[in-house]
Amino acid sequence: MSATLAGWLQAVALVGALALCYRPLGDYIARLLTTAKHLRAEKALYRLVGVDGDADQRWPVYLRSVLAFSALSVLFLYGLIRLQTHLLLSLGVPEMEAHQAWNTAISFTANTNWQSYSGESAMGHLVQMAGLAVQNFVSAAVGIAVVAALIRGFTRNRTDRVGNFWVDLTRISLRLLLPIAIVFALVLAANGVVQNFHGFHEVTTLTGGQQAVPGGPVASQEVIKLLGTNGGGFYNANSAHPFENPTGFTNLVEIFLILVIAFSLPRTFGRMVGDHRQGYAIVAVMGLFWVASAVLITFFEHQHGGTALQAAGAAMEGKEQRLGIAGSSLFAASTTLTSTGAVNSFHDSYTPFGGGLTIFNMMLGEIAPGGTGSGLYGMLILAIVAVFVAGLMVGRTPEYLGKKLGGREMKFASLYILTTPTIVLIGAGTAIALPGERAGMLNSGAHGFSEVLYAFTSAANNNGSAFGGITVNTAWYDTALGLAMVFGRFLPMVFVLALAGSLARQQPVPASAGTLPTHKPLFVGLLSGVVLIVVGLTYFPALALGPIAEGLH
Amino acid sequence: MPTFLRTHLTALRMLLVMTVILGIAYPLLITGISQLAFPAKANGSVVKADGKEIGSSLLGQSFDLPKQNPDDPDEQAQPDPKWFQPRPSAGGYDPKSSGASNLGPNSDELLKAVEERRAAVAAFDGVDPASVPPDALTASGSGLDPQISVAYAEQQVKRVAEARGVPAERLEQLVAQYTDGRSLGFLGQPGVNVVLLNRAVADLK
Repeated sequence: MSATLAGWLQAVALVGALALCYRPLGDYIARLLTTAKHLRAEKALYRLVGVDGDADQRWPVYLRSVLAFSALSVLFLYGLIRLQTHLLLSLGVPEMEAHQAWNTAISFTANTNWQSYSGESAMGHLVQMAGLAVQNFVSAAVGIAVVAALIRGFTRNRTDRVGNFWVDLTRISLRLLLPIAIVFALVLAANGVVQNFHGFHEVTTLTGGQQAVPGGPVASQEVIKLLGTNGGGFYNANSAHPFENPTGFTNLVEIFLILVIAFSLPRTFGRMVGDHRQGYAIVAVMGLFWVASAVLITFFEHQHGGTALQAAGAAMEGKEQRLGIAGSSLFAASTTLTSTGAVNSFHDSYTPFGGGLTIFNMMLGEIAPGGTGSGLYGMLILAIVAVFVAGLMVGRTPEYLGKKLGGREMKFASLYILTTPTIVLIGAGTAIALPGERAGMLNSGAHGFSEVLYAFTSAANNNGSAFGGITVNTAWYDTALGLAMVFGRFLPMVFVLALAGSLARQQPVPASAGTLPTHKPLFVGLLSGVVLIVVGLTYFPALALGPIAEGLH
Repeated sequence: MPTFLRTHLTALRMLLVMTVILGIAYPLLITGISQLAFPAKANGSVVKADGKEIGSSLLGQSFDLPKQNPDDPDEQAQPDPKWFQPRPSAGGYDPKSSGASNLGPNSDELLKAVEERRAAVAAFDGVDPASVPPDALTASGSGLDPQISVAYAEQQVKRVAEARGVPAERLEQLVAQYTDGRSLGFLGQPGVNVVLLNRAVADLK
């Protein structure tokens, strides 16, 4: 079979699997988020934690719960990392410095999984499983909880209640993420992903040298790292490591896990607002960008632009033989269009335009299909902007799903959209202006600038992947990128929840002849245009200095 | 109790419950099942030769000559002609430092490395420099890639056969035997597992 045909078949198999999951998984999540029934085990859990599972919260209370839970998660994780040398299964790793532990604790709580450490030499097994992997679950659940509150803003009328955060968190973690994780952790382990509690195991190689075979509870962490769009590798090489991603089959499973929840959530949205067509319109826009990006990255990698890659004859630097160009490019597009940031090949060595697209994907705001929950709320904010733009064209007060989009709603939407670019551009600009931080680049010229731009884009959008050549384990980068992750994650959540509260309070307006239908191809086109224009205009100068300058050189 | 404090106490209790379920019980369950159902895979696909563990079939290793002076960090290790050679590795096939070179597509350093590797590999294997396949010139993502392309394996047959004094046909058979196709016929890219191939080569004679 030719490589091209195999590449297309891989994409077709993936799209088929995602399409099969769209309805059942989307409907299942909708039921989880709407049913009034609690499982007996959940009732016991609520009693233990001290939560009234039947009491819905006002949006400020929902937000306070999100922030309190996340703040305690950061503190708990920070403590666990700093104290790990005294804990079980620490494997003799050295104590981590304060700025790096702070960065890591924020990174995992904010669903970013930016790693300024290297897994095999800095983390013991206990911190990996009881610290990092727990945040992989709950930070993903927080994202879905926030989008649930936003959807309730559309579906509920004249109320100040948007749901109960503790109930949402519990159900999503234990009834959605955990069952899928159990099944696929076993699938991965059956295919060679390791799952044990060993440390390094010394063997004598064929030539008589020494090699240390690593161990760890990898499969259980690998699966949630992808399913929860987190991305933090157990080992430094992340999903390129043969113990994390041993075959072409596990590679496809991992890409599927990255995408499956985010691509099914529009169905949840359609079901909750009582019109499946609204979900199809949103998923169409997500799918459009994902397909375009995957095709383009694969194309550019096959072209292997760049002097060094031309000399090598193929863009195989930083890529694994067993995964190949197609398996690597599809992974790269999927991980940067969601907030995952796991990598099975190293983006720093991608072609100028292929690597540039991975940056552009994140700049889109990770909405196609985006992180678990965060992708959908990002896309719904852009849908609100699209409806608003259309309203301006005809001079009517715009409405979306029966809710008027007045000044208050548009302020929250605008603040949401401005937050990330502000963080990215100020952060990257400051780093470039400081000589010490500039020295952190591995590569020179436009590509070096791309490394810095990538770092702040990745942190502020909570992606976590990197142009890995840059040296970021310094107090300045750990602190600056840590701040970018906190603000990039939680400020948008503030605006989303405020918007949810403001929508839920409204009395719905009936659709009239002047209402823009938001389920038709016209709206899909309009929304796609808004996504491109909003992002293109914001980041174009920065992209021109980095990947575009390098690619056209 | 003030609301502020109560919210944080709830959060703390919730976090601890989740840590017990998702951070302790769940990985223990997966480890238990994996160790019972597929222990060899769950423990790293370790392979043996003559009853002794020699590595993992999933992790590449280097096949270099012993250094002249083992204490000299500047001395470049030289490839051993008796073995099939793996891809270049950014971390020298040390699983304690997995990872890639991260050199950019227009990097002068990478360009120089590619050109030097092309000349060295061509001379080592006695082939035309233009015919050396890309995987022999580029470092992998993990630095632990256990595979090389079929073209690179076939290019090395003549050199290994001469160094070992074994018939080339026998080596060609082994290369074919240790070639992994695409998973399920269409996923990933075919490759030859260097560790398993070299283990079989060592058994010849």
